Amino acid sequence: MMSEEIIKDVIVGEQEDYLINLGPQHPSTHGVLRLEVCLKGETVKYLNPHIGYIHRGIEKMCEALTYQQIIHLTDRMDYLSAHINNEAVSMIVEDALQVEVPERVKYIRTILDELNRIASHQLWWCAFGMDLGALTTFFYGLRDREHILDIFEESFGSRLLHSFVCPGGLMHDVHPNFQKRTKEFIKYFRTKLPEYDQLLTGNIIFQNRSKGIGYMSRETAIGYGVTGPSGRGSGFSCDVRKIAPYGAYDKVRFNEILETEGDVFARYKVRMAEMHESLSIIEQLIDNIPEGDFTAKMKPIIKLPAGEYFRRVETARGELAVYVVSDGNKTPYRMKFRTPNFSNLFVMNEIASGYKIADLIAISGSLDLVIPDIDR
Amino acid sequence: MSSNIYDFSTLTGSIHTWLSGMMSSGWVIFTEMVLVGLIFLLMYALLGLFLVYLERKVCAIMQNRVGPNRVGKWGLLQTIADLIKLLLKELIPIRKSDALLFNLAPFIVIICSFLAMAALPYAKGLQAIDFNIGVFYIMAVSSLSVVGILLAGWASNSKYSLIGAMRSGAQIVSYELSVGLSLLAIVVFSGTMQLSGIIESQANGWWIFKGHIPAFISFVIFLIASTAEINRGPFDLAEAESELTAGFHTEYSGIKFAFFFLAEYMNMFIVAALGATIFLGGWMPFHVGNWEGFNQIMDYIPSVVWFFTKTFFIILIIMWFKWTFPRLRIDQLLTLEWKYLLPISLFNIVLIAFIVLMGWHF
Repeated sequence: MMSEEIIKDVIVGEQEDYLINLGPQHPSTHGVLRLEVCLKGETVKYLNPHIGYIHRGIEKMCEALTYQQIIHLTDRMDYLSAHINNEAVSMIVEDALQVEVPERVKYIRTILDELNRIASHQLWWCAFGMDLGALTTFFYGLRDREHILDIFEESFGSRLLHSFVCPGGLMHDVHPNFQKRTKEFIKYFRTKLPEYDQLLTGNIIFQNRSKGIGYMSRETAIGYGVTGPSGRGSGFSCDVRKIAPYGAYDKVRFNEILETEGDVFARYKVRMAEMHESLSIIEQLIDNIPEGDFTAKMKPIIKLPAGEYFRRVETARGELAVYVVSDGNKTPYRMKFRTPNFSNLFVMNEIASGYKIADLIAISGSLDLVIPDIDR
Repeated sequence: MSSNIYDFSTLTGSIHTWLSGMMSSGWVIFTEMVLVGLIFLLMYALLGLFLVYLERKVCAIMQNRVGPNRVGKWGLLQTIADLIKLLLKELIPIRKSDALLFNLAPFIVIICSFLAMAALPYAKGLQAIDFNIGVFYIMAVSSLSVVGILLAGWASNSKYSLIGAMRSGAQIVSYELSVGLSLLAIVVFSGTMQLSGIIESQANGWWIFKGHIPAFISFVIFLIASTAEINRGPFDLAEAESELTAGFHTEYSGIKFAFFFLAEYMNMFIVAALGATIFLGGWMPFHVGNWEGFNQIMDYIPSVVWFFTKTFFIILIIMWFKWTFPRLRIDQLLTLEWKYLLPISLFNIVLIAFIVLMGWHF
């Protein structure tokens, strides 16, 4: 009896509201996200995201760890852009200590960023196809992602959570095969990308499922702080690589992909085009990696001068901003991560209400959420 | 014209005379019924297991995988291992579910597909019951399974199941029309609803070839609509694992789940067999005009081989759909039926009636 009373208290709304819990264990919430969805028939009236199922207190843990140790925690936030997260923290330390990292490091970091972005978009493509019921996409995407993970494994020894970038440079130099294999991958993936379009993009069912649903206006995107490919699908120019170039991004020519439709298909198109764009960025850099050290000279114990530091980078899902308050110790006084998925999730009520429950899955897929990044 | 080499009626006839020599006529009928029932049960189980294996292999090929390859040669025993696992699993009772309906639903679903199996002609002279309204009977029986699905969804006391069941109800009731009308097209051509009669009428050419373009249109409509009727991708909205986890059978476990699973695959077999019988000549061999030599060679292939080849051809097409296409949305699904398939098939029927009236078909 007790439990029923609690349930009655929790559920507020009209009598005929049909509330279902999507998650925390649900195949298409991509993790432990719970969406409390109110349905009218098949139509979503409103939804209420509940987060915190994988909260680990990373920001609090950072306060007790040195900067070298924090790197390893950032891997575990957005595990699909682990490399880019590492870079954000490393750059904060370098900024604060005013260390000039060698050119070689900048080039390699940028190449790894883009490889990481491609791998992340590939996995998104797999999962998005699955969300819409096209089960074969999963294996096509993972087949190609494997090539990137193999490159990573050869150089860093790990495939997902690399912790390869560290304050001052890299943990060690990349494998001698790195250049050759990356070039091979570019050639290989260029031939495989048209397959993606043949299998999914051109499909009439897929286009009907994704066009015109989940409309997000530019104002909504800016208002909620939706960044990354999801924001750019609404015409919100928010690419940190363009606005505030870091690494070697100022040395390459690339386009910021912008779509103005703001629907699921627009976000899909942005990500597909970004894969092409990332390939071209890597292509421009891979032959020109300068010789030199893989790290700048750093002290074994890093102490940031007292003050506030801020840095932002473009992960595969949007803008990751890191804010550090240091009191001069070897551990930060306060560390705050502004993760892209948190903002991207909470726009869902705005853009998914009024659409069907099947569209809700497509919309959440098109936002490309990684739940550990939300909960931290 | 047609082959008499592998006529199963001689075999069944000799069994009948052998039994009649041993016991009275009442016992003969009883024994025959038990025999036929046992054969169907065995066939049902074996075909179901094989179809599950086939689907896993087909989807593995489409997805650059190997598929089951550990249990037995080429993983052939994998589905049997899975079946044993399902048999051993606990049947979880659901709190506040309607126990009677909850337990009844899988049986209704499996009985419906079992009933439809009885009327299918598997080879020349191999048909348990040859109704004079065979097409109608199979349609009627196979559409009853929606009752089981609705009961399963309702009795599970789960919101996901209920949505899945309601979707399934709307879907099956809608697509029933198109399946019926596309089959009716061939009934108009052949002038009979008896399955053996329809097959006999295709002795000199299958309806898909003889019936001009309208017959081909009805074949395509039949493929689409029957894929929807058996709840398979891209029309698997009732299950829709990315939206509703597993739809109407979310709450079922163990052998009750296996019943739904098996019935789904056997329904696929039934619609494929029906399509093969109606459009592709059933067990009739492939004949070309007056190429006597060619036709004779075709006659040497047993009728049962012809039947299963055609059936598995359609099954492979249905599997191909599932592993390539994304899923439709419920409103798109109903739009497809009511705005496109149904008007086209209605127009098609009129066209066919006109062709038959003018005697333009072969």
